[in-house]
Amino acid sequence: MRKWLVLLAIAGFAGLGIFWVLSAPRPAVAVPNAALEQGGDKDRGKIIFMAGGCASCHATPGQDDRLKLGGGYEMPSPFGTFYAPNISPHPQDGIGRWTVADLANALLAGVSPDGSHYFPAFPYTSYARMKLDDVKDLMAYMRTLEPVAGKAKTHDVPFPFNVRRSLGMWKLLFFDTKPLAAAPGASPQAQRGQYLVEALSHCAECHSPRNALGGIVSGRRFAGGPDPAGKSWNPNISQHPKALGEWTAKDIAGFLKTGFNMEGDVVGGAMGSVIKNMAELPEADLMAMGEYLKTLPSLEPTARPAKK
Amino acid sequence: MIRGLIVAGVVALGVSAVVAQTSVIKDRQDAMKQMGAATKGPGGMLKGTEPFNLATVQTSLRSIADAATKAQPLFPEGSGQGDTAAAPKIWQTKADFDNKMKGLAAAANKALADIKDEATFKTSFPEVAKNCGGCHTDYRLKRG
Repeated sequence: MRKWLVLLAIAGFAGLGIFWVLSAPRPAVAVPNAALEQGGDKDRGKIIFMAGGCASCHATPGQDDRLKLGGGYEMPSPFGTFYAPNISPHPQDGIGRWTVADLANALLAGVSPDGSHYFPAFPYTSYARMKLDDVKDLMAYMRTLEPVAGKAKTHDVPFPFNVRRSLGMWKLLFFDTKPLAAAPGASPQAQRGQYLVEALSHCAECHSPRNALGGIVSGRRFAGGPDPAGKSWNPNISQHPKALGEWTAKDIAGFLKTGFNMEGDVVGGAMGSVIKNMAELPEADLMAMGEYLKTLPSLEPTARPAKK
Repeated sequence: MIRGLIVAGVVALGVSAVVAQTSVIKDRQDAMKQMGAATKGPGGMLKGTEPFNLATVQTSLRSIADAATKAQPLFPEGSGQGDTAAAPKIWQTKADFDNKMKGLAAAANKALADIKDEATFKTSFPEVAKNCGGCHTDYRLKRG
């Protein structure tokens, strides 16, 4: 009997040990990192910032200035409510003391400067595909913005989802850090579009169905699905005839710039906010996004629950 | 007998209230569809998928102003139930909603006076469209 208990304890410790090893946060770059602190072009960084849609979540709601990144935007989800943090250059309340390497680890690995996992409400699952040079430029731009005092609310996430270490296991399942692979024969424009759509603008994060653990259902990227906040439906943006199949690349670019869809309707809400970001991009980039989206397969729309 | 009549009367009142509400929802949806149809052409011109045409823009702006004027009184208290995407917030901040609807008609009329050519179209038309997006963000539930 005692022998079994001892064995059980050993197995338990071994299990814990394996969990601990597997779930460890793995930064993308070493800190400090002198090479990363050199250079950085703030004008190019502004394009990265707009394409990345940072302001849509991190600008404090209810203010006109989208460049005051005090945070506080509320994101309800099946796992709890997240509040976007302050990412203004404020030294105490924002990220004013961060190095470029800190930002790179947040974006590319979902790891904070103190070495813990971020919740994937922060879409590092897409940003992981960013180029390091773009992280540098982005930081150069963000350092020009106004520091905003005050921290955002802490996330209201109940047990067990509040155990940050368990996100290490989530990452093993759903976090793919492999660099983007261009489709064979993809034009340079479509490749630029792929980078914008997949790495920076993280379109699939909202326009895909998610499984019970919050991972994107494989093979259903861009097929649309329920909004994680539970109030609405994010449309299918694949090449299905009832999705973007009938749109040309130019239609997509024009929509991203103006917010007018093919029916003359003007989008509001979260996509309205995305349009504000997209309107700041060069037209060539918007066309590139259109070109890339046109190369995607046609996916049947995700089944919707019957209307009440 | 009298009781029967009263019951019938009450039922009829109830039915007509429902009918009136359904019709107000349909009427405002028609007004919104009119706006959408009117915006299609200028939207395409703004996106560069359609050539600029001043006459079309002017017809569209008149139609948008007309639809906004028609739609504004079509959101009476209590018409938020049923097959509608109108957000309950409309009736929480009704004055703001009404002002925004009037603002859209005013913006369309102003653009009608301001737009003389493609250049003035490109600066003035987005000012009208801003009203659409702003209201859709606050007062329209996403279709879902």
